[in-house]
Amino acid sequence: MSHVLKNLTVKVWRQDGPTAKGNFETHVIDSITDEASFLEMLDVLNERLIADGKEAVVFDHDCREGICGTCSLMINGQAHGPQRATTTCQLHMRSFKSNDTIVIEPWRAGAFPIVKDLMVDRSAFDRIVESGGYITSPTGGAPDANLIPVPKPVADASMDSAACIGCGACVAACPNGAANLFVGAKIAHLNLLPQGQAERFKRAEAMVDTMDEHFGSCTNHGECSAACPKEISLDVIALMNKDYRSAKFKNRKELSRN
Amino acid sequence: MTMLEDRSTTNAKLNSKVPAGALADKWDTFKANAKLVNPNNKRKFKVIVVGTGLAGASAAATLAELGYQVDAFTFHDSARRAHSIAAQGGINAAKNYQGDGDSVSRLFTDTIKGGDFRSREGNVYRLAQVSVNIIDQMVAQGVPFAREYGGLLDNRSFGGAQVSRTFYARGQTGQQLLLGAYQQLSRQIGLGGVRLFNRCELVDVVVIDGRAAGIVTRDLLTGQVTSHAAHAVVLATGGYGNVYFLSTNAMNCNVTAAWRAHRRGAYFANPCFTQIHPTCIPQADETQSKLTLMSESLRNDGRVWVPKNADETRPAHQIPEEDRDYYLERLYPSYGNLAPRDISSRAAKRLVDRGQGVGPLKNGVYLDFSAAINRLGRNVVEERYGNLFEMYERIAGENPYQVPMRIYPATHYTMGGLWVDYELQTTIPGLYAAGEANFSDHGANRLGASALMQGLADGYFVLPYTISNGLAPLLNKSVPGTDHPEFKRVEAEARDRYQAYINVKGTRSPDYFHRELGKIIWDYCGMERDRNGLEKAISEIPALYDEFKKDLRVTGTGEGVNQTLEKAGRVDDFFQLGMLMCKDALTREESAGGHFRVEYQTAEGEAQRDDENYCHVAAWEWTGDANNATRHEEQLSFETLQLATRSYK
Amino acid sequence: MATSTAPVREPVTATAAASRTRKPFLLDLYGTAVGKKYAMAVSGIALMGFVLFHMIGNLKMYFGAADLNEYAEFLKKLLYPLAPKESVLWILRLGLIGMLALHLHAAWSLTMLNRRARPVRYQSARDYQEASLASRSMRLSGIVVFTFIVWHLLDLTFGVVNTIGADGDFVRAEVYANVVRSLDRWPVALFYVVANLLLGLHLSHGVWSIFQSLGWNNPRFNAWRIAFARGFAAIVVIGNVSFPVAVTLGIVSV
Repeated sequence: MSHVLKNLTVKVWRQDGPTAKGNFETHVIDSITDEASFLEMLDVLNERLIADGKEAVVFDHDCREGICGTCSLMINGQAHGPQRATTTCQLHMRSFKSNDTIVIEPWRAGAFPIVKDLMVDRSAFDRIVESGGYITSPTGGAPDANLIPVPKPVADASMDSAACIGCGACVAACPNGAANLFVGAKIAHLNLLPQGQAERFKRAEAMVDTMDEHFGSCTNHGECSAACPKEISLDVIALMNKDYRSAKFKNRKELSRN
Repeated sequence: MTMLEDRSTTNAKLNSKVPAGALADKWDTFKANAKLVNPNNKRKFKVIVVGTGLAGASAAATLAELGYQVDAFTFHDSARRAHSIAAQGGINAAKNYQGDGDSVSRLFTDTIKGGDFRSREGNVYRLAQVSVNIIDQMVAQGVPFAREYGGLLDNRSFGGAQVSRTFYARGQTGQQLLLGAYQQLSRQIGLGGVRLFNRCELVDVVVIDGRAAGIVTRDLLTGQVTSHAAHAVVLATGGYGNVYFLSTNAMNCNVTAAWRAHRRGAYFANPCFTQIHPTCIPQADETQSKLTLMSESLRNDGRVWVPKNADETRPAHQIPEEDRDYYLERLYPSYGNLAPRDISSRAAKRLVDRGQGVGPLKNGVYLDFSAAINRLGRNVVEERYGNLFEMYERIAGENPYQVPMRIYPATHYTMGGLWVDYELQTTIPGLYAAGEANFSDHGANRLGASALMQGLADGYFVLPYTISNGLAPLLNKSVPGTDHPEFKRVEAEARDRYQAYINVKGTRSPDYFHRELGKIIWDYCGMERDRNGLEKAISEIPALYDEFKKDLRVTGTGEGVNQTLEKAGRVDDFFQLGMLMCKDALTREESAGGHFRVEYQTAEGEAQRDDENYCHVAAWEWTGDANNATRHEEQLSFETLQLATRSYK
Repeated sequence: MATSTAPVREPVTATAAASRTRKPFLLDLYGTAVGKKYAMAVSGIALMGFVLFHMIGNLKMYFGAADLNEYAEFLKKLLYPLAPKESVLWILRLGLIGMLALHLHAAWSLTMLNRRARPVRYQSARDYQEASLASRSMRLSGIVVFTFIVWHLLDLTFGVVNTIGADGDFVRAEVYANVVRSLDRWPVALFYVVANLLLGLHLSHGVWSIFQSLGWNNPRFNAWRIAFARGFAAIVVIGNVSFPVAVTLGIVSV
């Protein structure tokens, strides 16, 4: 069932540090099974580099199940590579052919500075969540869970947005380096739920304001959603835009905030 | 019972501190008597929380809400990445929303029984009690749990239970719960209640005058080794399943934090209690770096079978019913495909060992949804498991709507961990362990959907109470700062250790040693263990460990990012843990839950416990030699439940 | 291990503690990228209205000089005699100029923001999945359309570049004659066609984009948003491009 890929040329971005000048380094993988995952291919490359006394290529990865959002990589010009709805760690070599050239670059965005090689710093996402991507509910004060009925379609729509893994592919893929899909997804997740209503507009405003400090703007290309491993819809951006606008127009006193 | 008491090693450190009184009242009794810290005084205390998974994030957020100064540490780039995120199926809670006869005491009974009577009654009862609060808390935080059309919460059933008490958010329950806790933690970071140190790994624990004084960390971006002092330290650093190399754990999961604490005096309990999860995707090739779990919830609707004939060559759909062996349904009629994990795993292993395995490497069994698709329709199946099916297809390259999934057991969870008392405090005062890092509430085997429950219970509803009880006596007493010579000594030791890995300049990468170690542990301390194998492992591991120390190659330097160096430190600790695991497995001369000794089984091949001699927790003390730890015992007494043989027939 | 010289990384804390000062609310809204997109959408709607009615008005050309000139006169006399002649027209013109300025300013500042958001470009070729020719050429099409508008005003409003009439003079009221004379020059007709095709491209993405930017999103009509955008763009382009074509083919002549 499995078959072996031969003679893959891998061009991988090497960069010593955030301010260092980087360049592509070319390696040839003579053969690898197509059952291997993309990152296992990089593991193989790294083993070889270590055997040659060279430093291994640095890249972020962890769960390798497509859920933690740690892995990144721009593969042949596409965030997370050629397979739709698939993170880099879930991409398998069966997506490639023998003699292919594979170009691997880090995510590039001002808000995602390169740490080393293919590793970038995505903490700007955390700053956005810290500014309002939560429902304030200190431990211990919650009412019985079934006191807050959530209609199934609402819960489903909220879950669709909550599926975001925070990998940053949306920013990486966006020609403008915008984070609207990420922020929209979090806003939609929380703002659709009854529990999220109390802070709905405060949240939208705070998160969008923070987003603005780091990222570009949305011009509705749709690249983000196409790159999103969780296929989050552009609808969340519309919802974010609506709630942000409403936040500005709402009577602040009625929302008991200033 | 007198026999048990005779065997117990007197060790004052192993005082479980479970409050006296009726089981149902113990937690209330504790809370009523626990010492409190006045709100204005809380800010005088600093608490370090290591790890930002379910247990760590929830503890850090809650402690900060209460007013403590919290320093949280994660080796990830973000607090949202911990491996709790990968839990798929759900979280148990004794809500009895389905009205199917669930209750706190039933969840308690199921958990004790599922754990094969090797857990502490008091802790488990408390876990069942607070389970209901967890659901309330997580719903309030905006976790989009699955709902009925009327808007109320939906439940599913899970292995080892006869009620539907599992709450779920599609196949991403762990993700949603972790994001809930992460968001609560983020709020506290935003407000200044928590200081988060990201990409920062614990490399040692500092104990001064018998009390945990803080930790030493290594910044993974700069390589800097620094000290952090605190009044209390919480380790919520997960399990050690990666000792097997191939497991369903994330690549970076490691035992270092727990192990370093162990080396500083924290007893390590029941390291041989590891869980093999029955539904993982079988290994496909030699480059495989990890295994992927398919949620146990799949067993609700999938039927497990193998061909009756070991020489079967037909594709699955051409094999007629009479040539299929639905072995779980046959062997365990009342639980069927929902038999507990250890039992299902061993059953699969035996059939594969007998040559009845399926797939190109004959290393799996079928998990077949064709009956469910016929009965419920493809839409319902897709709604329930759609994302899992997609995930399977991405990895295995086969469409499970058309051909049955292939599954095989893989290491998934470790019940063993740092020994803790009722207050989740280790044998080092001031050092707490929460979540999978402690030896916890699951005994010898954890039931599905209980890991999320325990992580959140520890972090949200147990630690905040027990930590104040531990801190109150320290009010206005000075604790050692990072300028204390012991901090400096431990820091220097850590620096030397990491430099030493680089200095070996051998020929083999850390991954090579990890893979070799993993093979030994899997072969001899995996799903089935026996004396010969364990003794072999105990002699082989030190030899490999010596080779590691002589032939390791770490390229690059200790400054800046060096993932090879990080890995070397983790593999070092896995070696030492591996020896202890095998020793623990060897000395536990019984079969219990995930620990199956072939010498101790019934005529029908089921695990045979030895309650007379082994109804205890084995807690190991570090002696300075990884292969020569001292074994202590904490006797387990069952006041409420009768020790009974687990039966899922 | 040598002591590292890199500065110690500080922990992350109190990131949301700073309170921000708020500007008056419209400025506040305009202060962020999302607000600027909102401004682009609102001004875009105004400009859409203009191009649509401009096109419809110009269709009068097909009814002859009298009709078109009368229409031009009608515009000057909007609400006359209630309001002085040309006053309403000027209000509309100023409004349009304001909207255009807003559209341009927002576009310019968003472009700058986007440049800053990716200071180092990808070093390998991108493989776009969804971004269309229209969405990726918004800046180019916008610049060409804007240039065209300037030229168009110089041509047919001020007559600066329209001095080759029969008598060599530009007579403002002779709208029909001005148009036909201008479009009779083939380079002008070509520019007119190209600019309008780019306008169509701009609209086909921009009109859809308006829905997103304003948050007008509903499963009931989402499927229609792109169809509407393309339809609108098509109508405007067909109408506008028909004029130079008709003049070139002699269907409309002086």
